[in-house]
Amino acid sequence: MYNSPYLRQNTSVRRVMVTVLVAMLPAIAMQVWLFGIGLLLQIAIASATALACEAAMLSLRHRPVARALGDGSALVTAWLIAVCLPPLLPWWMIVIGTSFAIVIGKHLYGGLGQNPFNPAMLAYCVLIISFPALMSQWPGLQGSDAATQLDWVLGGERALDAVTGATPLDALRTGLLGNADVAAVMQSPAFGHLAGAGWEWVALAWGAGGLLLLALRIITWHIPVAFLGAMALVSGVAWLIDPSHYASPAFHLLAGGTMLGAFFIATDPVSGATTPRGKLIFAACIALIAWLIRAFGAYPDGIAFAVLLLNICVPLIDIKTQPPVFGHKVEPPDGGAR
Amino acid sequence: MLNKLFSFNGGVKPDPNKSASTREPIARLALPPQLVIPLHQHIGGTPRPLVTVGSTVLGGQRIGAPDGNVSSAVHAPTSGRVVAIEPRPMPHASGLSSPAVVIEPDGLDTAIEREPFDWHAAAPGEIRDFLRDAGVVGLGGAVFPSHLKLNPGKSGHTDTLVINGAECEPFITCDDMLMRTEPENILRGALIMQRMLAAKQVLVALEDNKPEAATALKAAARALGNASLEVVVVPTRYPAGGAKQLIRVLTGIEVPHGSRSTDFGVQCFNVATALAVWRALEHGEALTRRIVTVAGNVERPRNFDVAIGTPISHLFAAAGLKPDTDKLIMGGPMMGIPLPNIDAPVVKATNCLLASSPTLFAPPEPELPCIRCGECARACPADLQPFELYWHSRARNFGRAQEYKLFDCIECGCCAYVCPSHIPLVDYYRYAKSEIWARERDKDAADSARERFEFRNWRADREKEEKAAKLAARNAAKPAVKPADGPAPAADVAPAAAEDPKKALIEAAMARARAQKEAVAAKNTDALTPAQKAQIDAAEERRKRASELSGSDAPTE
Repeated sequence: MYNSPYLRQNTSVRRVMVTVLVAMLPAIAMQVWLFGIGLLLQIAIASATALACEAAMLSLRHRPVARALGDGSALVTAWLIAVCLPPLLPWWMIVIGTSFAIVIGKHLYGGLGQNPFNPAMLAYCVLIISFPALMSQWPGLQGSDAATQLDWVLGGERALDAVTGATPLDALRTGLLGNADVAAVMQSPAFGHLAGAGWEWVALAWGAGGLLLLALRIITWHIPVAFLGAMALVSGVAWLIDPSHYASPAFHLLAGGTMLGAFFIATDPVSGATTPRGKLIFAACIALIAWLIRAFGAYPDGIAFAVLLLNICVPLIDIKTQPPVFGHKVEPPDGGAR
Repeated sequence: MLNKLFSFNGGVKPDPNKSASTREPIARLALPPQLVIPLHQHIGGTPRPLVTVGSTVLGGQRIGAPDGNVSSAVHAPTSGRVVAIEPRPMPHASGLSSPAVVIEPDGLDTAIEREPFDWHAAAPGEIRDFLRDAGVVGLGGAVFPSHLKLNPGKSGHTDTLVINGAECEPFITCDDMLMRTEPENILRGALIMQRMLAAKQVLVALEDNKPEAATALKAAARALGNASLEVVVVPTRYPAGGAKQLIRVLTGIEVPHGSRSTDFGVQCFNVATALAVWRALEHGEALTRRIVTVAGNVERPRNFDVAIGTPISHLFAAAGLKPDTDKLIMGGPMMGIPLPNIDAPVVKATNCLLASSPTLFAPPEPELPCIRCGECARACPADLQPFELYWHSRARNFGRAQEYKLFDCIECGCCAYVCPSHIPLVDYYRYAKSEIWARERDKDAADSARERFEFRNWRADREKEEKAAKLAARNAAKPAVKPADGPAPAADVAPAAAEDPKKALIEAAMARARAQKEAVAAKNTDALTPAQKAQIDAAEERRKRASELSGSDAPTE
């Protein structure tokens, strides 16, 4: 015997997760096009690791394995980890990162829906703290042949300098530390029209996928708008004050993880704020902290740290931003009841 | 006139599924061999039966008298013989029984002679009494006695009277068909209500998926030529027919939970109620029939004009219940209640009877964890955060659930409808609400028990004090032994010596009683587990504390 409502919309967690995976495809395709097929191998390794860890944890926790594996959430985590990482990392790093995300980041907190931190960002932070050198080596745009890439991922001899270089954010940071000004650094071939050469296209592809999520009502406008707006605002103010030391808003919007973060990371419903006003505060603070880390911190990009910092604040943000309930928005005319 | 519509947040747009049952006109259903008329069909007191087993009744005759003012009368739909007055299964999810008058129709359908009632000349109070005795209650589903709502209150007037024909739930079309069939009388009923409420304007509202009804109502409104009456077509979005949502759409006013809309100058009635008011006052007809939509998994979905008390099985037989039906529902697919018993009768609240099959309403998929996606919050017409209510209800953290305004939930089902994790959210809220109610009842019982106990202690103390005072007064009246030392030592010394043998006797008796009590108690507590012993000790401890507390808290005057 079950009760009303007997009608249910045709929707499921699986459908939500699969839509997110589909929305990631444009950016994945762009990255593969620009940086080579290493990413596809990374995705495969991360997916296999995530599914294996998920199944192991579910059975340890005596939960129905098949149903939960089918929800697709582990795959979303795996793909997000893979796209954040440099595509030529050795395979065991991806395994470490992904299993940390699933086992510690997700299941030790109670599994799907219970994790306070974004699992993909946890994995990213663990790896960048543990292996900072490897994590900053991105292949150059000229790329290398597929066989070499696969060989590297699978643990072959690495002749790093031949094919890898710094990301634009890295190059900017190093340049500025070396007392060059922004304009001079931007002359380097690593930079394109707006941000990093190639990177700007990846960022736009993330934006396109994000718009798809918006159109399909998987996410609401609040987080991307507040995220990008706040990033443009703080970087714009700094840039107007001192353009020789601070990069332009266009650069910050299209470099590093800004677009990915705005549409795919900060919008993770489980670890993010849930109220409309809370989402605005949550996303704007991530952008602010990320910019601060980029401008003054020890790491070239700060999205991951900013997301984790704000994840901790979510319960507080949610409590303080509860929207008014129907009938309680204004005082009743007689000033009486409740 | 009304040039701006407002909107409420949230809501969903399920497939209306209304066309199947509106193809044929309303059919008057033949009387069943037995009518089961529950005495309690409305909110408020249970009517007292006015007939006895064996007595004959006429159509429209009162068989249940309203119990106080917050109640309503119940009538026989046709002439016949009362064969039983006994508890019968009700159309309720619990399947529980409730007192009902069982009538065997004689087939003559003789009506009682109607007393003429000149409502034009009558005072509002007289009209209200008449409507109460005619059994007119809200036919939208809440069955609140209408006469209680037809009162403008202290202010003496109302701004807006809303006549609700929105009928937002899928499948239900009884109001739609009624508006198509009898638009003039609905509006006439509305105008009587307007007079009683001294309302400035009357807004008859319906969703834009009922164009035929809207055309009929608009034509009828033109014919009546009343400038204060307007037919308003509102956008179709469930639950636009909820009274609070409809008031919000029409006036922009949000009536909070726990307040009455009259405090905000608005009153709302269902279209069928307006018609029932018209029929009662103009024709002296008591409420003994209603329109019921029979839809879903049936061969011939249709609206039936049925005598109240007709067994539900009788309607499904007329509509042709399909064999793969797995469940019967009273009401719509969003808020309807499951019917455990097909022989339960149609009551005044029965607007729709829905047959469900696994293909029509698939059984819910297994529940997955909440991913806090917020779809439910976007769908909630009460602007709640349903997933927070769910977390706290599930964790039995009922205080928090109430802080998140659990009782503002109208159980419309929008949240569960959109939930990607297939969580039966409304069930969690129902559970939390019933737990909270149960706890409040327990607390009330405990409170009154404590009050009784404290009062008893206080009375005992008072009696002791009074006795002591009397004794002291008596002693003071006696010639004092040592006037210089005052009465206290005298009272102490002299009676103590005199009463010594008495005291010894009393003490001996008390010791005997104690020994006896212990002997008896020991028998009960001989073979106890350590856990039970610990429990007993804890109880003793509590009792001691309670008596200490009550001793210190007891009134002192």
